[in-house]
Amino acid sequence: MPRWLRLLWSNGTGRFGLIVMATVALVALVSLLWTPFDPLDADVRNRWAAPSWPHLLGTDGTGRDILSLIMAGTRTTVFVSAGAGIVATVVGIALAALGALTARWMRETVAVLVDILIAFPVLIIAMMISSVWGGSLWVVIWAVGIGFGVNIARVTRPELRRVQQSDFVLAGRASGLTASQNLVRHLLPNVAQVFIVQLSWSMAVAVLAEAGLSYLGFGASVTEPSWGILLADLQRYIGIHPLSVLWPGLAITVTVLALNLLGDALREATDPTLQHRMAEIRTPEVVA
Amino acid sequence: MSLEVLDLVVEIDGRRVVDGVSFDVPDGARLGLIGESGSGKSVTALAVLGLLPDGAVARGSIRWNGAELIGMPDRELARLRGDDIGIVFQEPRTALNPIRTVGRQIAESVRIHTGAGRREARLRAIEEATRVHLPDPETIIDKYPHQLSGGQRQRVAIAMALACRPRLLIADEPTTALDVTIQAEILNLLLSLVDEHGMSLMFITHDLAVLAQVATYGVVLDSGRVIEAAPVQALLTAPASPITQGLLRDATATLWRPEGGA
Repeated sequence: MPRWLRLLWSNGTGRFGLIVMATVALVALVSLLWTPFDPLDADVRNRWAAPSWPHLLGTDGTGRDILSLIMAGTRTTVFVSAGAGIVATVVGIALAALGALTARWMRETVAVLVDILIAFPVLIIAMMISSVWGGSLWVVIWAVGIGFGVNIARVTRPELRRVQQSDFVLAGRASGLTASQNLVRHLLPNVAQVFIVQLSWSMAVAVLAEAGLSYLGFGASVTEPSWGILLADLQRYIGIHPLSVLWPGLAITVTVLALNLLGDALREATDPTLQHRMAEIRTPEVVA
Repeated sequence: MSLEVLDLVVEIDGRRVVDGVSFDVPDGARLGLIGESGSGKSVTALAVLGLLPDGAVARGSIRWNGAELIGMPDRELARLRGDDIGIVFQEPRTALNPIRTVGRQIAESVRIHTGAGRREARLRAIEEATRVHLPDPETIIDKYPHQLSGGQRQRVAIAMALACRPRLLIADEPTTALDVTIQAEILNLLLSLVDEHGMSLMFITHDLAVLAQVATYGVVLDSGRVIEAAPVQALLTAPASPITQGLLRDATATLWRPEGGA
């Protein structure tokens, strides 16, 4: 087991985040093969069933099994969150690198571009994309990916610039690394801590944004299983059946929380200087 | 394997920081570049490696072993860096990557230039750590820079620069940031390694007292120009220019300080 994974596991929040995200991924996989009921199958005689056997989390207003809906919705969540994470990574790293490591006119152009893009809320980006290509999960992925990629670039760019001016980057070049090898070996790993936190946050927001945008009609279509659509459906009856709306809400909250905690723990686990400081706080010792 | 610098001019954003500098470092020679800060000595060193900062332009001629380095494509220069020419920087606190173990950093140039694998690189790192007298080499190579003292870190930086046995070592004020007691140790280590491998040395300093210990020939720089170039003995006994005389006064002050050590 690599050192960072061991450290991640030994940290309470890290372990929680890891377990929850592993469960989410596993449920998404299982739901491809099996769910207790067909999530789209309406059992009209069994509407608004309370949590009981065989409907463990009850049924909704058309008699669909809520557990099966949530399980199937996990696929959408994983897909959107991972997709947005990938887009945000590519957009963020590309803009940060262009804005930090190139010639001065290019750096300044990118800085202005980032400042302009950051003024566009994710919702506006989603509306612009969906007005051209119509509403789908891809709209959510691109909107959140671009919106938060710009955010990642904004935070990562000055960090990259700071690291680039340090002696060890020069020393890497002096050892014979080419500029691109140096970027991969010395520059990017040193901004990883900042980047990881931003990325986990973007992925968590993607889960929320999918729920919100699907609710508004820019995301998943009604036939696609999604926590956001389910939540929107059920919250209309919150006065009559408050318990049923709890389940998709809980799924979203726990996943978002786990992603955030996982990001924080991952940052700690991959920063050797931080571990050293923390170890010193816990057990004071003389370091020769 | 000699270095010949002829009429080197470096301009950074249009400002001339090196203005027509010429000197030779013949095979096995020990040359000192000396001057106040801002005299252009570090920039000269970076120009030799082709690692000038953004917006800097170098003109003139830098020949390594007959090949012209100015205008050489970066890919070819990268092959020389670390393998033919090594450099030790001034500040050991920042010259090491904080999130890589020191062993991986020591062996980096070996992996680049010989294509050595992980296992082989590790063995080389232990070997090199032993050569620079780092305590407990087998365990220290798995530590991170912040777990080492300043002197130990500078030993790591020296091991990094020498891992591929370069023919020329550039040392850019390698002892300036260290405690006085550690300074002498690091200087002695550097000199014994240079001797052992028959390397050429280009030593950059602002301290004539240090220069006297390491170099046989000295080039005095001021505002990017060569003011005086002579054997170090001559610089010490009969400094011709007021700049050198000033440096000698400062150096004498250090030499006379009781804890001067060196």
